[in-house]
Amino acid sequence: MEILVTGILLGGTYALIALGLTLQYGVARIMNLANGETLVAAGFIAFWLFTSYQVSPLWGLLVIAPVAFAVNWAIYVWLLRPLVDRAKNQGMLEVDSILATFGLLFLFQGLMLRSFGGAYVSYTFLAERFTIFGSPYGLNRVVAFLAAALIGASLWSFLYLTRRGTAVRAVAVNPHSSNLVGIDVAGTAALAFALGGALTACGGTLLSTFYTFNASMGVLFTIKALIIVIMGGVGDVRGAVLAALILGVAETSVASLVDPGLTLSATYALFILVLLFRPQGIFGRQQT
Amino acid sequence: MTQLSAGEIRIALIGAAAVAAAAMLPVFDQGFYLTLSLNIVLFAALCTAWTLFSGPTHYISLATAAFFGLGTYSVALGIDVLPFPVLVAAGGAVAALLAGLVGAATLRISGVYFVIFTLGLAELIRQIVSWTQVKLGASMGLYVFTDFSEAHIYWMMLALTVAVFATGWLITRSRLGFALQIIGNDEQVARHCGIDTARLKIVLFMISGAFIGMAGAILAPRYSYVEPPAAFSPTVSFLVVIMALLGGTRRLWGPLVGVVPFTIVMEFVSARFPNDTPIVIGLAFLAIVFVLPDGVLGRLEQLRARLRRSRPASPAAVAAKEPA
Amino acid sequence: MTAPALSIVGARKSFGGLVAVNDVSFEVEKGELFGLIGPNGSGKTTMLNLISGALEPDAGEIRLSGEPISGLPAHQIARRGVARTFQLVRVLPSMDAERNVMAGVVFGGRRLWGAEARDFARELLALVGLRGREQVPVAAMTYIDQKRVELARALGADPQVLLLDEWLAGLNPSELAIGIELIETLSRQGRTIVMVEHVMDAIRTLCGRCVVMSSGRKIKDGSVADVLSDPDVVQAYLGDDDDA
Repeated sequence: MEILVTGILLGGTYALIALGLTLQYGVARIMNLANGETLVAAGFIAFWLFTSYQVSPLWGLLVIAPVAFAVNWAIYVWLLRPLVDRAKNQGMLEVDSILATFGLLFLFQGLMLRSFGGAYVSYTFLAERFTIFGSPYGLNRVVAFLAAALIGASLWSFLYLTRRGTAVRAVAVNPHSSNLVGIDVAGTAALAFALGGALTACGGTLLSTFYTFNASMGVLFTIKALIIVIMGGVGDVRGAVLAALILGVAETSVASLVDPGLTLSATYALFILVLLFRPQGIFGRQQT
Repeated sequence: MTQLSAGEIRIALIGAAAVAAAAMLPVFDQGFYLTLSLNIVLFAALCTAWTLFSGPTHYISLATAAFFGLGTYSVALGIDVLPFPVLVAAGGAVAALLAGLVGAATLRISGVYFVIFTLGLAELIRQIVSWTQVKLGASMGLYVFTDFSEAHIYWMMLALTVAVFATGWLITRSRLGFALQIIGNDEQVARHCGIDTARLKIVLFMISGAFIGMAGAILAPRYSYVEPPAAFSPTVSFLVVIMALLGGTRRLWGPLVGVVPFTIVMEFVSARFPNDTPIVIGLAFLAIVFVLPDGVLGRLEQLRARLRRSRPASPAAVAAKEPA
Repeated sequence: MTAPALSIVGARKSFGGLVAVNDVSFEVEKGELFGLIGPNGSGKTTMLNLISGALEPDAGEIRLSGEPISGLPAHQIARRGVARTFQLVRVLPSMDAERNVMAGVVFGGRRLWGAEARDFARELLALVGLRGREQVPVAAMTYIDQKRVELARALGADPQVLLLDEWLAGLNPSELAIGIELIETLSRQGRTIVMVEHVMDAIRTLCGRCVVMSSGRKIKDGSVADVLSDPDVVQAYLGDDDDA
């Protein structure tokens, strides 16, 4: 039971990170391998705001999310759109975007190493006990989960209740037909990429309230997020949330029942199962 | 297809001369230049082995560090029990086995999944190796004591590089190479011609992985002490991708063009600015995408094609060709 | 009694909600030149994709000389003797004509290699009318010549059944006459050919029997003369399609 609750609390934050990536890959069609660096950078900024100015990470979100939105928008428009325009086919774009976002990954990592050093970092925020079903959990984890759920819910309302959101979903299904019905595909892709970056940054901020991190950890989170996205089905919001909760629980179980050093093995075991049995995602339909 | 063309004989002679010259190096220097040259030869072997698979298939493999580490570990585990050549072969076999498993799980699906899977592979193997060592009560590190000098390692690595090139050349002349060329043109047509594209990619990935594993095994005596974080350092995977793509992967010897300068640059950067290597790697990736999408070699071939096209148009060149 | 070269029993394939091929059955005898016709979007190309293994049927069975092949991967179906051309010509652009044909020769039915493979490829190029053009890069060839190369590649596999997907489409009238003659020659050599075609004159000239599909269903099969004068077939063409 404890494992289940801890796993779900962790999964809530993972879901946010994976939603960010699924927007970027499903709508903008860019596999952003620097996603984890966005997350770690957000964590560092939250850490810096909290320790230097005593700004609560929850208020920090109001700064971090818009900044991440702007930076990711700029990356898409200046760096990635030229690649989209020059690609002759999906395969070329895939290879180009993988290499370009690798470049960003290392560039950001190097810059963070310069600014914050390579040491592990954490800070104490809401480290109080909170009791669920008679067992104590960190209040920071509970708050992070609730905040993640709130942000996730607002994303859902944006995607399903507004015109812009519907455009985003349409581009995810078919960019070509969306163009025919008068949707600005290029603009929508940039919006989705920026929004995805902002979501990931929110996830990073929330994660930093209860997780110890360092400048070179981004890749691990990218892998986790990617596996969640694949498990959930690319561009599938429901699937990503469910997959994130499954991964959260699986990791927590392995860490507490087997060995904390083997969490990545749990991730990979899930990955292999998905690749072998449901490569199209949990809710995914067979592709034509 | 059985005869050697004049061009092939010329390349073979130039190659043999270059290898002979490289093999003489330890006679002249046993210090800095030998160490640097060993690094160059090491990356030449790794990048060429990487290109064997990634060149024709366009899959970006980041599994290099995992294969390499397994090779190193095979030697470290068995050095007191088995002769060195057996361990090198074992390192290659273990790496090929892993390549086969990874390939079977991912190569039938899309290219992105393959990249993601290999991205964390070295870290995954490191976690498993560390965990197993702790469970078995062994210490984290292993000692590798051999009688090999740096020059011996260098010669073995040079021999491995030659073997990689020879294998690559044999592949281009075989059915396998022809099949790869067809897949590179149109994978669906390849399948309808009767080519088992999935199996072929797996076989090729295993060959490539085996050589990388052997390179790791040969290098093991260089570190007298082997532990998981160093043996499975993910940076190797990225350096190999950069060097190979910088040179160009359309030809077997393309990666060499990237290996030599970039190894020297990295040597310089890690000596002077050790904390900034990620920035250099990041900039190198961006440069590959935005400046040299087909590598240095591709750029040179482009230039040559442009020159050849413009030459008949220039009256001076036409006049010069006419008999006086 | 020997089994037919190709038999389709209740084949079905749907994409999401759209049923592209719905319970279609027909048989093709050995040595027959068989037509598969119907208006645009009636499921003809999907049918060819099911036979050649590019797609797997949701239901039904496909047999090659009595042996079930449905569900096998495309390369295994190719090795058992099904070769095909594509609706939009697909050659291997970086190679010359000879290497293109060798792709079929080396990995198809005979699995030849070396000089033998090259000689057979040259023989086939001569058969399709490209003698002396073996070394020409296919990227530099005209559309009809690329179609010839593609046909020679399919023949290179020495197939039991040859599938032609609108091989005559896009040819001008004089090329069309040459194309029809070429297919006739191949048929006279005893090959089993299934051709999807829009050019009705070609079907009339070449085929003995044919199947008509409309909206994924088989609406008629039999001799070409009977089928083309059937009111349902005329209705399907006039009702759904205006370029027939």
